[in-house]
Amino acid sequence: MDMTEHVIEVTGLRRRYGSAASGGSKAGRKGGVTALGRKRGGDTGAGGFEAVRGLDFQVRRGEVFALLGTNGAGKTSTVEVLEGLARPTAGKVAVLGLDPFADRAAVRPRIGIMLQEGGFPSDLTVAETARMWSGCVTGARPIQEALELVGIEDRASVRVKMLSGGERRRLDLAMSLIGYPEVLFLDEPTTGLDPEARQQTWALIRRLRDAGTSIMLTTHYLDEAEKLADRLAIMHEGQIVHSGTPAEVSAQQPSRIRFRLPHGVLPAHLPTSLRAAAHGDQIEIRTQDLQRDLTELMLWAQQQHVALEQLNARTASLEEAFLDIARQQPQLEGAL
Amino acid sequence: MSTTTTTRPDSPRPDAPRPVKPAPTSWMRLPDKAARRRMAALSRAELTLLVRNRTALFGALLMPLLMVGFLLTMADTLGLDDGNLPLAAVLGTSAIGMVLLMAVYSTLIPAYVGRREERVLKRLRTGEATDSQILAGTAVPAVVLSLMQCAVIIVAGSAHPSLSTPVRPDLLIAGVLLGTLMMTLMAILTSAFTRTVESAQITAMPLFLLAMATSGMLTQLDTLPDRMADIFRMLPFTPIMDLVRAGWLDAGGGDVTRALLLAVAWTVLAGYGIRRWFRWDPRQ
Repeated sequence: MDMTEHVIEVTGLRRRYGSAASGGSKAGRKGGVTALGRKRGGDTGAGGFEAVRGLDFQVRRGEVFALLGTNGAGKTSTVEVLEGLARPTAGKVAVLGLDPFADRAAVRPRIGIMLQEGGFPSDLTVAETARMWSGCVTGARPIQEALELVGIEDRASVRVKMLSGGERRRLDLAMSLIGYPEVLFLDEPTTGLDPEARQQTWALIRRLRDAGTSIMLTTHYLDEAEKLADRLAIMHEGQIVHSGTPAEVSAQQPSRIRFRLPHGVLPAHLPTSLRAAAHGDQIEIRTQDLQRDLTELMLWAQQQHVALEQLNARTASLEEAFLDIARQQPQLEGAL
Repeated sequence: MSTTTTTRPDSPRPDAPRPVKPAPTSWMRLPDKAARRRMAALSRAELTLLVRNRTALFGALLMPLLMVGFLLTMADTLGLDDGNLPLAAVLGTSAIGMVLLMAVYSTLIPAYVGRREERVLKRLRTGEATDSQILAGTAVPAVVLSLMQCAVIIVAGSAHPSLSTPVRPDLLIAGVLLGTLMMTLMAILTSAFTRTVESAQITAMPLFLLAMATSGMLTQLDTLPDRMADIFRMLPFTPIMDLVRAGWLDAGGGDVTRALLLAVAWTVLAGYGIRRWFRWDPRQ
C-alpha cells in the first residue's frame, strides 16, 4: 500500500468553464454565478467562468477533510477534478500520488465516489443495482454487507423508484463503499436525509475513518463539518478563505458582545480599549479575547451603574466564519 | 474466481481489516477479464431493464415482424417484386434491415437517453468501467436479441422455395455485424440530440425513414433511375443492405467492395460524431 502522508495533494488548482473571457469584475462574478447554475444543467456558459481560482490543500491519510461553502462556491467543481471526472484548467492534483484523470484506471479501484446527484436505473431493485455495481468493482464487498452498512438491507427487493430520497442517498453511499475504498469522496452525503438517517451516516463515516479510510467530504451543513471533520476548508468564490481544524477556523474568528445602552448613556462613555462599534444605541464589540473584554465591560457597567439591555456574548464559531463570508458578499445571501 | 456469484469466498468479513488492493502490475495483466466482468454486469442489468419495459421489448421483438407483415400486405401497391429479385428475397433481406433499424437503432436510443437522464451514465463514469465499456454494456442485450432474430430470419428464409442458403455467408455476416455496429453507434449519436425517452420516437425518424426509403426495402434499387440509385447507394444504410443482399442472394447490384468501404466510412463517421456530441450529463 502507498504510504504517502497525503492521499490528496492540490496545488494551484484552477478550473474554468466555457471560453476564456475574464470574470474579475463584480458584474462578472454575478454573471459567473448564473454560469455555474447553467453548468449544473449540463451546459457551459458562453462567457466563460472560473469556478475554482487557485486552490492549495492536502488531505492526510486517515482523516476526514471537509470542504465547506455556499452553493456556487466551487466545491463540486473542485471535487470533480479530484475524482478524475474533469481535467484542471491549471494547477496540479494528485490522489494517492497519481493523476486522477490520466491514471484513472489505477486510481479508480482504490477510491469510492458518491456524487451530489448520482443515479441508478429506477426499474432495478436495490439488490439488482448492487449486483450491477459490484460487478464493476475490483474486490467488491458482499452485497448484503454493503447494504447493511447503510441500513437498507431490508429494502433489497424494492425497486429504486420506490425508495425515498434518503434511501436513495444511502444506496448511493453503499455503492461508493462497495470496493473498500482507501479514499472516499462524498459530495453532500446527507442532503435529503431525515435526522436519524443523518446521525447513522455520521456514525458510519466515523467508523470508516477509524478503520483507516481517508474521506473528502463536501457539505453546506456547518454542524456536519464541525462534528465530522478533522480538518476543513471554507471555500468562497472559488478560493479557500479559511482552513484548519474546526477549532482553529473558529478561533480565527472574533467573538462578539452585543448589548443596548440605556437612555442617556452615549457610546463615547464606553472604555476606548473595548473598540466598540455603535449602530444607534446597539453596540457590538468584536474581540479575540472574549473573557478579558467581557470582564472589562462588566466592571465598567457595575462602576457606572449602567444596566446593559439585551446583553449577549458569543464565542467564535464556524457559523460566525460562515456568516462573515455572507456579510462580505451580500449578493450571495440568496444562495445560502 | 467466479464472476456469477455475488459473495466471493475470498471476500473479507466486515470486521476484518481492509484488504490490500492488488498492486498496479497485477491488475494491469487482467484488463480483459475485468473488462468482461464489468460488461457482463452492465449487460445483465440492461437486460433486466429491457424485459421490464414493455414498450422497448415490443419494439425490439415484435415490431420487425409486424413491419415485414406490413410490407407483405403492401407488396402489390409498392410494387415490391418489380425488379430483379423475387418478393421472398426482398422480404427476407428487408426483415434483416428491419431488425437492425428497430431492434438495435430504435431500441437503443431511449435506452441511452433513459440512462443519461436518470444520471446512471454519470454515476457509472465514477467507477472503474471505461466510457466505451459503459456504452457497449448498455447495447449488449439489444444487439444479442437482434443477432438472434437475424439468425432465425436467415434459417427460416433459406427454407423458402424461392430462396437459397446464403451464397456468400462471409458478406452476409459482414453486413449484419457492420449494420449492428453502425446502428448502435448511430443510436448513441442520436441520443445526444434526444431530450427525453418519449422524444426518442421522433428523433429516430429521420434515419429510420431515410433508411427505409433508400436502401431497397420499399423499392428495388434497379428499378430506379441510375443517378438516383447511385445517390441512394451512398447513404448510410444502403451499403449495409447491399452487403446483405450480396451475401444472401449474390444479387442486388452494386459494387461489394464499395459497399463495404462506405459502410465502414459511415460507421467511423458515427463514431466521430459520438466523440464530438455525445453527452454524459442529463439535459433535464
